[in-house]
Amino acid sequence: MSMSEHLLSWILFTPLLAMAVVLVVPAGQKNLIRIVANIGALVSFLVSLGLVARFDNHAPGFQFVERATWIPALGANYSLGVDGISYLLVMLTTLLTLLSVLASWSSIVDRPKAYYAMLLLLETGILGVFLSLDFFLLYVFWEAVLIPMYFLIAIWGGERRLYAAMKFFLYTMAGSVVMLIGILVLYFAHASQTGVRTFDIVQLMQTHLTPAAERTVFWLLFLGFAVKVPMFPFHTWLPDAHTEAPTAGSVMLAGALLKMGSYGFLRFSLPLLPSASIDAGIVQILAHLSIIGILYGALVSLMQKDWKKLVAYSSVSHMGFVTLGIFSLNTKGLGGAVLQQINHGISTGLLFLLVGIIYERRHTREISQFGGVANRMPNYATVFAIAMLSSAGLPLLNGFVGEFTILQGAFEANPWWAAFAVPGIVLGAAYLLWLYQRTMLGEITNSKNEQLTDLNLREWAVVLPLVAAAFWIGLYPKPFFDTFEKPVAQIVERLHSTHAEARR
Amino acid sequence: MITYSATDHFILLPALLLGMFGIAVLLLDFLFPKDIKGRGWLVGIAISGLVFAGWQLWEQHRYLAEHGMTPLTGFNGALMLDNFAIFFNGIVLVSAALVMLISYRYLENEHEHHAEYYALVLFATFGAFFIITGVDMVTIFIGLETMAVSFYVLVGFLRGDKRSNEAAMKYLLLGGFSTGLLIYGFSIFYGLTGSTTLIALASVVPARDPHDPLLYLGIVTTLAGLLFKIGAAPFHMWAPDTYEGAPTTVTAFLAVASKTASFALLLRVLAVGLSGARPQWEPLLTGAAVLSLTIGNLAAITQSNVKRMLAYSSIAHAGYLLLGVVAGNDTGLIGVAIYLLTYAFMTIGAFLVLVALRRKGTAVETIDDLAALSRRYPSYALLMLVFLLSLAGIPPTAGFIGKYYIFLALVESGKYGLAILGALYVAVSLYYYFRLVRSMFFVESTEAQVLAPSNGVRLALAITGMATVAMGVLPEPFIRMAAASLGR
Repeated sequence: MSMSEHLLSWILFTPLLAMAVVLVVPAGQKNLIRIVANIGALVSFLVSLGLVARFDNHAPGFQFVERATWIPALGANYSLGVDGISYLLVMLTTLLTLLSVLASWSSIVDRPKAYYAMLLLLETGILGVFLSLDFFLLYVFWEAVLIPMYFLIAIWGGERRLYAAMKFFLYTMAGSVVMLIGILVLYFAHASQTGVRTFDIVQLMQTHLTPAAERTVFWLLFLGFAVKVPMFPFHTWLPDAHTEAPTAGSVMLAGALLKMGSYGFLRFSLPLLPSASIDAGIVQILAHLSIIGILYGALVSLMQKDWKKLVAYSSVSHMGFVTLGIFSLNTKGLGGAVLQQINHGISTGLLFLLVGIIYERRHTREISQFGGVANRMPNYATVFAIAMLSSAGLPLLNGFVGEFTILQGAFEANPWWAAFAVPGIVLGAAYLLWLYQRTMLGEITNSKNEQLTDLNLREWAVVLPLVAAAFWIGLYPKPFFDTFEKPVAQIVERLHSTHAEARR
Repeated sequence: MITYSATDHFILLPALLLGMFGIAVLLLDFLFPKDIKGRGWLVGIAISGLVFAGWQLWEQHRYLAEHGMTPLTGFNGALMLDNFAIFFNGIVLVSAALVMLISYRYLENEHEHHAEYYALVLFATFGAFFIITGVDMVTIFIGLETMAVSFYVLVGFLRGDKRSNEAAMKYLLLGGFSTGLLIYGFSIFYGLTGSTTLIALASVVPARDPHDPLLYLGIVTTLAGLLFKIGAAPFHMWAPDTYEGAPTTVTAFLAVASKTASFALLLRVLAVGLSGARPQWEPLLTGAAVLSLTIGNLAAITQSNVKRMLAYSSIAHAGYLLLGVVAGNDTGLIGVAIYLLTYAFMTIGAFLVLVALRRKGTAVETIDDLAALSRRYPSYALLMLVFLLSLAGIPPTAGFIGKYYIFLALVESGKYGLAILGALYVAVSLYYYFRLVRSMFFVESTEAQVLAPSNGVRLALAITGMATVAMGVLPEPFIRMAAASLGR
């Protein structure tokens, strides 16, 4: 099995191999475990760089496709592939895992072996979701992600970790089992029209279902995706899970796991169910839920006393932009949404990492406990400012590019949507700047903050890649847009032709 | 004129071996002094009985495969040897063997190590053979009683334990009552057809007036008896008490062997004998399935005793299995078969962990008893986690494939509502299964006992653990087996 032929399998299973190596190390050798886990995550990232070297922006359809029969009796295959929509998400996942593993060096003292094993298992699970071209395989990974995440929150989380972990588990589980029923309805609807029973996503895409069947499937899948994104009103698990999770858990949750939901809409709902996706009623509902999410998330963030919870609620708002972009159903909106997924991973990931760094020093996240931190940690304050401005959507940084493109798309679709979404950006700037002001600026009011030390070398290594990515996308986003230009155009074209058919 | 042909013998051989080895265990017990140390040979003889019976099943399978899978009938149509019978008998045999492996140390700890235990397990397996293989209602009934009586004694095997006695008494009384209902239903069918075979029943039922009250009465009473046997609501009341009070090894055996054999019977009666009366029994079965899911899953949430919780969860499993029958297509029947196969391993596995942790004087029964298991015995905690995930139906474990097939069948027949209901109960079941996980992984405990599991327990844990994972990751051969058992 050479690496070039099975690149995606290598990407998918390298973390699993790394996990196996971590498990072999004796539990007492904590530093050795850390070293092995870091090397494992680094190797996984390096392997995924193979994708960067060989990914072709202009190739139609899926690339690096691998197929092998798995369960013929079920029509389920082991089949993998990437296109412009999943490519960046794969890279984001391997990068964030690497940084999460590195960030956990000193903060995880209890059972590091199990901890790193879970993180690496989580990486394989998430990558599996983004790489699968078979609905059955995808579902297996989709569910398998929950288990390591549950343990990450429940063992290494904050005070209410058990409650948060269970809530996360039950919520997402309920969503995904309903999604499974949706997958099965799709499977049989496809079989009754073509006589072929398959979970192959490429084949499923080539069939037009009846509009009624599409609507049924759409809503069933919607529940699975909406809980993951999470869309208002399915978001209530998120603040608890994000707040209670250990830093790396929050980074992976916000950075990669939430994207499973928006990826689901982009990969499945739109291309597989075009006539349901352009159904005026459905689009209205989803756009309105997205806008409510944007505004509600921002307003609630404004009220938070807990630093981490503020970042958590801001995710609801930012992911609202992503779904709004998706259901603008035009090139701008979709492209912005694909990019904004990555941006959110970068900026929110960075914010969670920064909260983790300060929490490790002070063991509190209460905003009122801080103030004037910039006096003692100038470098930290600078990086935090970049993260904040990137999240708030300041020009020259990544957030601006994504949100602006989404708003353009939303405006094209319905000017009112853009009009109602814009206050979300204003509010976003408000709660983030206010957070910055209360924690970083002014004089040190709490004597405990006098002893704070600035970023060390390892912490620099954790934050720098994300800072660089934020600037890169902000200053020169073209290479990123190029990667998903083609698949986005294909989706839009499919939606248009469905629209035209419906008119006729 | 009673004849005993070679075919009869061939069909009967597995049961014959089981019965003979059972009697041999009892007789050999007399020859050896009672105080002999290490009576491992009892286990050896009993297991070799199972192995020989299993070997005969394999021979039967080979014979059928060579002869184009045409079923053999024996004893004037009282027994039918087909892949269906071999598959379900196989599950029962494997579960019996696993239970034997773990019983030795357990019974020693309880000071109730008697040869009768092994004989009774073999007799129960013997009874199950006739339930599964029989197509004649009298034969079935005799098998049912043989199995039930063996279980009544096994449940009360801990003579010194009040709860075990109470459990046996409850099981006996309620079991007797349900058997009465079942035989009443059978007698009505005899009245309708003038024959005791299910095949005759199948030919008569379609010709009857669909609103015939007699047919209804027969269906209702038969179903009541069957639902009792599989532990489905509303005839589930015996299960929690019996599961809790019985020796844990017997609980595992009861949960798997009795349910598997009874479900095979239910499939034979409904899908063969009463297939023409589907409109009459389907609503009843749907109601029982939904009720089982609801009662099983909701009542399990509040349990603090692990065995009791697993009892309620087994009621919920019965609900899923019934949904497979309700779906009314081949996929559903294959689903039932594959579900029972996976259920056998994960259920025995879960009880097995409880057995393995059982120490002299300290029963591991409540959820709190498992506290901090992950620190004390990480491998047990991990195995238990796998079994619980499988019981809940999370991929990539065996339990997922079973549930998946049930949902597949329901969606295929357009019963979306039932599919969604069943799917949502998966999330509910996670809650109570993960109460155990929570206790094992996140609750601190000061207890620190050293534990040396017997080799039997180790072996059984390895088998159930590997099977649970293998059936989840590579389910293809198991699905083929299940499909072949139904001639698909």
